[in-house]
Amino acid sequence: MILLRAGLISFGQALYYCLGAYAAGALGRFLGIADIFVQMAAGALAAGIAAFILGFLLAKYRGIFFGLLSLALSMILYGLLVKNEALGSTDGFNILPSPLFHVRPGAAWVRYAVLAAAAVVSVGLALAVHRYLRTPLGRLAPAIKDNEIRVEYMGASARYAVHVMYVIAAVLAGVGGALAATTVGHIDPDMAFWTTSGEFIFITILAGTGSVVAPFAGALIYEIIHTTAYDLSPNTWQLSLGAALLAIIVFLPAGLWSLVSKMSTRYARHP
Amino acid sequence: MPAILDARGLCKRFGAVTAADEVSAAIEKDSVVGLIGTNGAGKTTFINMITGYLKPERGAIEYQGRDITALPPREITRLGICRSFQIPQLYGSLSVWDNMMVGIGIVLANARHGGFFAGGRIWDTRPVPGYGKPAAEVAEHILARFGLADYRHRNAQVLPGGVRKLLDIALTMVAKPRVLLLDEPTSGVSAQEKFAMMQMVLEAVRAEGVTVLFVEHDMEVVSRFAERVLAFYDGRIIADAAPQVALADPEVRRHVVGRTKAAHA
Repeated sequence: MILLRAGLISFGQALYYCLGAYAAGALGRFLGIADIFVQMAAGALAAGIAAFILGFLLAKYRGIFFGLLSLALSMILYGLLVKNEALGSTDGFNILPSPLFHVRPGAAWVRYAVLAAAAVVSVGLALAVHRYLRTPLGRLAPAIKDNEIRVEYMGASARYAVHVMYVIAAVLAGVGGALAATTVGHIDPDMAFWTTSGEFIFITILAGTGSVVAPFAGALIYEIIHTTAYDLSPNTWQLSLGAALLAIIVFLPAGLWSLVSKMSTRYARHP
Repeated sequence: MPAILDARGLCKRFGAVTAADEVSAAIEKDSVVGLIGTNGAGKTTFINMITGYLKPERGAIEYQGRDITALPPREITRLGICRSFQIPQLYGSLSVWDNMMVGIGIVLANARHGGFFAGGRIWDTRPVPGYGKPAAEVAEHILARFGLADYRHRNAQVLPGGVRKLLDIALTMVAKPRVLLLDEPTSGVSAQEKFAMMQMVLEAVRAEGVTVLFVEHDMEVVSRFAERVLAFYDGRIIADAAPQVALADPEVRRHVVGRTKAAHA
């Protein structure tokens, strides 16, 4: 969402999602640190550092070049993980149930505790992103999408802004990966595969970029469509997802959230 | 009057075309300078070199005694030299108000008022540098100056041509420039509206103490509003004088104005 607001479609956001997951998993596997919050911090840090370095390259590019370069980088990580026996190769590895601040919940509660921790972190990050959207940088994103030349002539560096946005988006993806790793309890190289990035893009296009609530709603709707379609037709469920995406692009090009925006604008004019 | 901007011996070639051939001009503070010339004469190249879009192959540009020749556009803007465009460069998907807020956000961030990550309160409490008022008041002030207040909720890409031009110039004012370069501010505007528009623009920018250079093809506009004229031809300045003198210059009449228009002017 943060990148799409600036007109940048990352076909490789799974790179940071997977890095976050593997950083969290490696912490438990090799160092014995299994605290969920420490794992999330490790996921964020690993993704942030990688994005900071790669951002020097990617922030120069726009459009299809940005998209494909980000895709290539995520597939490089996928290839490295597949070939790495120490990290479980194509099978990945399992992650132990996580304690919360050194408190290990009982077996019956561990799943709920992890989900609760995930929810708390998600809400906290959502509030941070909501605040970010009101900062000068947050407001600059659609301006970069519309007219980068004007941004430069108003005194801002578009490349610097894109670099910062890229790192923010990577940190969020890294935390997401660590959360997914701890809630599912297993990680594998498919987390870096291009179809994972495709899911992120699907959700963002489905939901729109008008609010921080939109990606959450989009993810929920995506899973409902996915689960229902798979349930009804296990062999052709992708067809239903494709049809849903087609309908959104044709009828609501700004995503589902544009309906909410239109309604709130109408209400503001005629309360 | 001291020179605020001093271009010396600027040269720029595009292949076989000489766009600037030893162009020199010292621009006095608080002056209004008209740049005239046929298409391809070198006016926009001159503006592009001053604002950092093009680097001259030779020569130097000084602004308030500082060499700005090698600086990129954003740094030149931060120093106080802004420009508008022949084709308005707006943020098309945003409203007029949000266009202003993007610009004010950049000014606030560059002033280190919390940088690009300053929170929501920055808009309500921090004074915008140069104006000493919060963001919303500055936006109201500039929009009112340019007669754009009624358009604030309209999307920039659906505005009429003349209004787009005004917004393009209004956007430059959020940075509180000291020098403003206007690239054909009245192009695409009807003959009836040109003078009123130019009057409004100059009143708005001169009220803030801005030195103005404007590119213009309409000699009536030039003779009415410019205090000094730089006439370009073939990458050179062939006349640098008051409008009446410059427009009567035989070389300017032959290469720039044309005899009929010169007589009319």
